[in-house]
This record gives sequence, structure tokens and C-alpha cells, in this order.
Amino acid sequence: MNITDTQAALKAYEKRMSALGPEEMIINIGPQHPSTHGVLRLEVISDGEIVKEVIPHMGYLHRCFEKHAESMNYGKTIPFTDRMDYLASMNNSHAFVMGVERMLGLDKEIPKRIEYIRVLVCELNRIASHLIAIGTYGIDIGAFTPFMWCFRDREHIMNMLEWASGSRMLYNYIWVGGLFYDLPVGFEERCKEFVDYFKPKLVELNELLTNNQIFISRTANIGALPLEVAINYGCSGPMLRASGLKWDLRRVDEYSVYPEIDFEIPIGKGEMGKKGDCWDRYKVRVDEVVESIKIIEQCLERLQKELKRTPDFDPRGIVPKKVSPKAQDYYVRAENPKGELGFYFITDGKLDIPKRVKARGPSFNNLSVLPELSKNILIADLIAILGSIDIVLGEVDR
Amino acid sequence: MDFIKIKNILTSRIGSECIVDEELNALQPALIIHPDFLLAVCKELKENRETWFDFLSCLSGIDYGVNEGFGVVYHLSSIPYKTQLTLKVKLENLRDGSVLPSVDSVSTVWRTADWHEREAYDLLGIFFNGHPDLRRILLPDDWAGYPLRKDYQDAESYHGISIN
Repeated sequence: MNITDTQAALKAYEKRMSALGPEEMIINIGPQHPSTHGVLRLEVISDGEIVKEVIPHMGYLHRCFEKHAESMNYGKTIPFTDRMDYLASMNNSHAFVMGVERMLGLDKEIPKRIEYIRVLVCELNRIASHLIAIGTYGIDIGAFTPFMWCFRDREHIMNMLEWASGSRMLYNYIWVGGLFYDLPVGFEERCKEFVDYFKPKLVELNELLTNNQIFISRTANIGALPLEVAINYGCSGPMLRASGLKWDLRRVDEYSVYPEIDFEIPIGKGEMGKKGDCWDRYKVRVDEVVESIKIIEQCLERLQKELKRTPDFDPRGIVPKKVSPKAQDYYVRAENPKGELGFYFITDGKLDIPKRVKARGPSFNNLSVLPELSKNILIADLIAILGSIDIVLGEVDR
Repeated sequence: MDFIKIKNILTSRIGSECIVDEELNALQPALIIHPDFLLAVCKELKENRETWFDFLSCLSGIDYGVNEGFGVVYHLSSIPYKTQLTLKVKLENLRDGSVLPSVDSVSTVWRTADWHEREAYDLLGIFFNGHPDLRRILLPDDWAGYPLRKDYQDAESYHGISIN
């Protein structure tokens, strides 16, 4: 392919932007606008209040994850995975670590206590991530109080995870073959206290926001995403489930100890409007928080009874000194709060450095449906739709 | 739907020449597809109700090494059957920058491929024929070179900002 042809798309884009119709105008939203949840720039071609076309521009937070990952060993890459979706660091490193363990053939040897701790911290992190999604979505729509309430409750989770890992948001807690440390003494009890504290707060949140008539009028029937479009665009997680499909990798792939745990998969039912609208996406996240609490309770029960901490338990017991899988390639996927997070590894078997690591971020794919969803809508609704997708730019740009 | 059955469907519907090779003993078995038949294979896998790979999990552009050339790997997954399949395409080792290795775009089959192909083009310089909007996605439009290539050299500076 000739190099001049590679410029054709860029030229076509520039031509489109310079040849606007008499009624069209360009509005730039972002990269510094709070409703874009990070450094995302949306170039909106609008006719007055009506959005005609949205062109997202990414890359402001591109930190070369893939280039870094192929120049350092697996253990050193784990802190970087924390920084991809920085609101759900535990889930990111869990997916990465699962892939490496599967390549090493270690995945069946991980002690049950370690697996349960992993699931526990991942679900705590899932709640924290969903609380951000819910709170900031309220702010996008114009409700300020839920934001403060969500951040107040999230702070309890941050404190607990900081207690376990030493860091507030970027944990580096889950390691290949084990954990950084065992849970601190008293963690299970404090976690139980948090669950008891948090349950009534969730009822309050539902009264304040979920069933709020103003909130419903701003979100119901807005940005309805049909299921076949969602699948075609590779949407996953709450985005896909809100369109009515029971698709959760924790159940589909049955990884870690999820098969032993009892929980439901909430889906969008179109209670307030069309199925798959912004309200459904919001509601799926609220319901998932409830399910995560169930998972946490079950984990705590096992961790306090049959999988109790013992003096000789070493969470680094089978952590390999050198991680160098044999030559192979492997794609691992896991259910992140935002959807399917995948890592594709290629190893050559000689070095302890992967030859290629490709990260498939759920936010990246979920965002790609935005231009499709926002045709002939109001600009205010564009903000409502973008907020309901729940993107993290650290993962879109990687 | 197991691997052999999928292979049989492809050879009977498209022809045996579409499958160049296979990797049966890997953790995830993969089919190596001839680049000329890629689009037909993908369409068949998606639309045939016996395979029904309606979800493209991941599309990765790969540089296998300075002497080995490029490739694209497709991770398909079927929501109705809960199965997964890996397809691989090997591309020519064209590195001088004036001619890019190219393969047909599958963005008409799965729209997921749209942004993933833009990313592969952006970072590895793989050209996708028939892609609707093949611009750089993560790097600036005027960036020179393809950073994930194994022979990539950092430029001295970018718009007067020195690199390193």
C-alpha cells in the first residue's frame, strides 16, 4: 500500500470539517471539560441544539502501555495495569495475573485463601468503581448530593484497600502466584462493619437518585442502545447487560472462585423507558453493587471460617522467582467493572519479558459506540449518554 | 462447536486454500488464514448459525520481529454458544515505510474492528483495505513512524519538544 493512500482518510476528515453546511457548526467538548470524565475531546457537528455527528479524539492520556509491557518483566508491568483503569486497579491486575498464571500452568495451584482474597478485593474495588460511575453521573445530570454521598462511601473502601496494600488507589496487591501480603488482622471484621453500614446507604441512594423523577426524565428513553448494535460494537459489561443480555464473564468463563459463589446477573428491563437507555445502564450498575455486596459477604464468611488465616500461611509461597512462560500466545479475559478486559500475550520462551502484550480495554470499545448513539439528539443528551457509558480515559488511551 | 467442525465448515464453504495452517496444541487453538480469504472467512463465521461468532473480543496487530514480518490476530467469541476462536493472518515484512503491509478490513463484519484497526494502523503501520476512516487514533495525526514496530527509533524532537 502506497504511503499517499494512508493520508486519504485524514484528508477526507479535514475536508468534512472545512466544508460545513450553512446551518452546521463545530462545538469542541473537552479535553478539559468535566463531563468527559477525563481528557477526551468530542468534536460535535451540530445544527443549533441538535447534534448531527460526533467525532471523538483520544490519545491525550496515551502512556504507551503496550510498548512498556514489552520492555519489562511481568511483575513490573502489574503496577502499570493498575494505572489503566485507575478506578478498578484490583480488577485490572487480577486479569493480567490470571493470564500469566495460566501461561505458567500455575492457575490450578493457587491456594483457595488467596483466590478468595482476590475476589474480595476485586469486588470491593468494583463497588468503588460503580460508586464513582453513579456519583459522577448524577453530577453530569445536575444532581450534586449523590456525588458527595458516593464519594463518602467509596472513601471507606479506599481506606480498607489502603490498609491491605499500602496504597489508596494503585495497589500492586495481586501478584503472579500470590499476593503482596495477607490481609491485615481485623480486615474481615472491618469489612463486615462496612457492609452493614453500606446497605442502608444504598437504600438512601435509591430514594435520592434512582427513583428521582427529575433524574428519570433526564435519562429514560435517552440513548437507547439496541442489543445487536451493542454486540456489533463490542460493548461489554453493564453497557451490554443494560441492553438485555445476561452476559457476565464471571459466569461465562467461571474463572477464579466465582463458580462457588452465588450471585445474580442484573440486566436492563426497560422499566422507565426503552430497554438499554441511559437509566437502564445506570440501574444495572446500582444492582451490581448489591450483587457485589452479596459476593463480599460470602467471601468474608469463607475467609473467617474454613479458610481462616493460619501462622504458616504464606501468600508469596508459590510466587515464582522468575516468570518466564514457554513460547506461546494466550488471550485472557475477565469481567471488569466496565466490561471485558482482555490481555493478549505473546511470549518467545527465552526471556522473562513478553514479546507483545495487547490490552483490550472495555472503555475503549464501549466508547466507540458513542458516534452511533448520538445522532440527532440534543447536546444536553449527549452529556447524559457519555456519562452513562462510564469511561475511564486511562484505559481508553492506555 | 469444536475446532475441527469449524475447520470443516470453512473448507466446505470457502475452500481448503483459505486455511494456511493451524495451531492445535496451543492453549487456545488458532487457525492461520490466508489474507486474501480473511473477509470471507470472517463473514462466514459470523453469519453461519452453526458457528455464530457475533462478538469480536480483540483485534491485535503484531510485529513478530525484524526478520519475521507482521501479523494480525483476531479473537472471536460466540455469545450464543459461549465459544472462542483465534484467527491469525501473517503479513509481508515491509518495513521501509513507503509501502505498508496490508490486509482487508473486517470493520464491515464487526464494528468493533473499526477502532481496533485504527489502533493497529497507528502503532504498527498495518494498512486495512476498505476501512471507512483509517486515521491515527492514539497518536497525533502528524506523528512519524509506528512505535510498536521492533525497529522503531525515537525521533529527535516533536514540534520543538525534545524526546528523551
